[in-house]
Amino acid sequence: MTDLSQSPASGDVPKQKKLGNSLLELTDRTKRRNAAETRFKAYGIVAIAIGLLMLVVLVTTIFSRGLGAFQQTFITLEVELLEDKLDKSGNRDLDEIKKVTTFGYAPIIRDAVAAKVSELGIETPLKPKAMADILSKDAAATLRAYVIENPDQIGETVEFRFLAQSRVDGYLKSRVSRDSIGNDKNISAEQLDLVDALVAADVIEKTFNLSFILGSDASDARPEAAGMGVSMLGSLFMMLVVLVLALPIGVAASIYLEEFAPQNWLTDIIEVNISNLAAVPSIVFGILGLAVFINYMHLPSSAPLVGGLVLTLMTLPTIIISTRASLKAVPPSIRDAALGVGASKMQSVFHHVLPLAAPGILTGTIIGLAQALGETAPLLLIGMVGFIASNAPGTISEGLLSPNSAMPAQIYEWAKRADPAFYERAWGGIIILLVFLITMNTLAVILRRRFERRW
Amino acid sequence: MPTFWLVLVLIALSVAGFFLGRNRALVSANGNPKDLHSLPSYYGHNVALSALVPALVILGAWLLLQPILIESRVSSLIPDDVITEGTTRGLVMSDVRRVAEGLDLAVAQGAMTSDQASSVRTEFSDVRGRLGEIGVALGSDVRPEVLRAAQSYRTMNATGTLVMTVIVALAALGGFAWSYGRTHRDFRARNVVEQGIMALLILAASLAILTTIGIVLSMVFETRNFFALHPWTDFFFGSSWAPNFRGDSDLSILPLLWGTLYVSVIALLVAVPIGLFAAIYLSEYASATTRAFAKPLLEILAGIPTIVYGLFALLTVGPALVKFFGQGENGILGVEWMSGATSVLTAGLVMGIMLIPFVSSLSDDIINAVPQAMRDGSLGLGATKSETVRQVVVPAALPGIVGAVLLAASRAIGETMIVVMGAGAIAKFSGNPLEAMTTITTRIVSQLTGDTDFASPETLVAFALGLTLFVLTLGLNVLALYIVRKYREQYD
Repeated sequence: MTDLSQSPASGDVPKQKKLGNSLLELTDRTKRRNAAETRFKAYGIVAIAIGLLMLVVLVTTIFSRGLGAFQQTFITLEVELLEDKLDKSGNRDLDEIKKVTTFGYAPIIRDAVAAKVSELGIETPLKPKAMADILSKDAAATLRAYVIENPDQIGETVEFRFLAQSRVDGYLKSRVSRDSIGNDKNISAEQLDLVDALVAADVIEKTFNLSFILGSDASDARPEAAGMGVSMLGSLFMMLVVLVLALPIGVAASIYLEEFAPQNWLTDIIEVNISNLAAVPSIVFGILGLAVFINYMHLPSSAPLVGGLVLTLMTLPTIIISTRASLKAVPPSIRDAALGVGASKMQSVFHHVLPLAAPGILTGTIIGLAQALGETAPLLLIGMVGFIASNAPGTISEGLLSPNSAMPAQIYEWAKRADPAFYERAWGGIIILLVFLITMNTLAVILRRRFERRW
Repeated sequence: MPTFWLVLVLIALSVAGFFLGRNRALVSANGNPKDLHSLPSYYGHNVALSALVPALVILGAWLLLQPILIESRVSSLIPDDVITEGTTRGLVMSDVRRVAEGLDLAVAQGAMTSDQASSVRTEFSDVRGRLGEIGVALGSDVRPEVLRAAQSYRTMNATGTLVMTVIVALAALGGFAWSYGRTHRDFRARNVVEQGIMALLILAASLAILTTIGIVLSMVFETRNFFALHPWTDFFFGSSWAPNFRGDSDLSILPLLWGTLYVSVIALLVAVPIGLFAAIYLSEYASATTRAFAKPLLEILAGIPTIVYGLFALLTVGPALVKFFGQGENGILGVEWMSGATSVLTAGLVMGIMLIPFVSSLSDDIINAVPQAMRDGSLGLGATKSETVRQVVVPAALPGIVGAVLLAASRAIGETMIVVMGAGAIAKFSGNPLEAMTTITTRIVSQLTGDTDFASPETLVAFALGLTLFVLTLGLNVLALYIVRKYREQYD
């Protein structure tokens, strides 16, 4: 009966064929569905492509803009250290030599530039002072520092490599062009002609700039002399504080929560608290640092110690979460075995579980440190920006307590300044920061690969 | 740095305690460790911990409490008539501290002897000038009351530090002597040490709570001070933000909240579709190799510090947008819609890029948690893969995805560097995404950097803003975690 009712009437057969009974022939509906499928898949591919494209754009921007900071333009000059200008009494008394300010050195440099230009036979309408302006304002200070260091060289002619002014540097790096200097008071077309001639004579050259990596920040007028070194030390001291505080406290807290804590409301509160702290905006930790450490406890502001304390509080949840995960990964059989041979609960944790979880803890700590290293917002509030971090700290306590900057804060500081020459420094600073972060993350990955045990 | 040295001495004492305690235990057992109740090192640890921990606790508590006590004592020394119109006790106290620091510096540099520093009188000597010579600049002449308060501040600080050193040293020696005296072969050293360590572990775990309490208290106190100086109705319901350091500012959160939400919405409009589609593709379509390659690469975006994004917004995206929408001969579209590089769109776009991996990896986890049986059922009924995803997988994962989006939103609201560098500084209600607007976090930074005066509403407003931000993000997080957890339970 059922067969009968299902068997199609003979007239319907061609109609069904039209609907596409064959698997090889797609109906419109199937086509639509397949098209929707392809579209949907394409959306996914496009989404991932956009994400990866952004990464590529970001990385290429950073490198194309920042690599220039690692090269710097220098001008080589023979400078005659005239005795009657630098040491009038001629007795090489250091105190008297120190009395000559950088203004006293300016004419000497001016003469040296003029001498070089005439020696090379370059024709220029510029006066010697304008010629000397292609040098950095730092040049006189460099010269003075050298003379104070080597008073016996007074009277001799010494060859120096001076920093060129940032516009000249920009001209050689194609950041500054002859069209863009129209309203620029710092440089003129004639000076650029002179620069071209000096480049042709190999007097001006671009070389690797170690002082960008190791040097200190410089004032607004001397972007060519600014470097990351001192702020790197600031970051280093902060990371030391974070490591010394966050690692033991974080590990201790995780051990308690994972191994000993009874299941009660207090433990619940602590756990909820930690997961929420991990999501509190970093600037809130900055407010905490300002209110508690600086305003209430009167710790010195801008000090890496305070920065380190704030970052410790910020990093703790990260370290606790990863430490708990790696403690949890140690199988209970290890604990049972330890307890079985007579160890106390505490001994089983400290002698057996903790060493087995150590690689995981270390990985989590490194990742937490990398996070803290790149954090900027809280540092703004505790005053690690807005001044020139010029002196490298001499001792550990000075490094912890005297005002300093930190790498991300230094980058922010440069990005805020008006002179576009600082932007190149900021991008360059980011390259250095990223090198540190990549190194730390790679280390974490290697540690995980090398030591992680699967049970 | 006497505290530093004190801590070093304590550590040295405790290291010595370890060896002495262990030795004494061994001697009491005639050198045979088997006769001891615990392993020898436990006796050492016992002495070391008893010497170190109580002393450090006292030191920490003292360092926390001494400033409050001295502050209140000195503050009560200042007669009321010194606090004239236009100043507050807090301002006078900061003068006192500054003078005291100046005197300290003068003694340290040898410009004054310590006797001079505590006996100098404004009536006979130009204190301001003398402090100016050593580089401590004072705003106004030092009043005799302030100087006297500063001097007693110095004396109290010095006495306090001295007493602290003595008490801490006594505590350390006492702990050392007590535990050393108890060290004997029958002493249950391991149990005592383990109890001590347990206490330390609990202390470390409760630090998380302390941090939260610290955050809340520090902000609540200053917010209360702020509302004492500024009407709360204006803060919550006013319509303009115009801080004015001569007083009489308009400090309303609403324009800032508008800017914050505007930037966050744009960021989510960028991040959620891209992140979600990326997650769907990675978990449903991609081959294992593509996944292993694309997922970590996308997650790099989340590991890049926000200062990098900020710089990217300020120097790359902003100028690019200006080139597009900006004015004059440089504009590609030839329209004049955008004047500067900072705008809501600049910050929103860049923040969106930052949030892509955030949305994608959270959603990826959640989509992966949807049971395979549900997919198989749908595919078995003849649905295509995309139909399965749209009609089965995504609805099943929806609560989790909503949670992920909420987490991303909380990140966007609390993000600082990108908006500080990319969004601008003008507080206004405007619908135009190409205009510069300001956000809560940007204003917190600008009100609290530079010279801050904790007695003016213009500074204190930052704490009220911070508290609002904290409550807002905390609320979003708790909600998101609740949803995610609830959803996980559904399939576990």
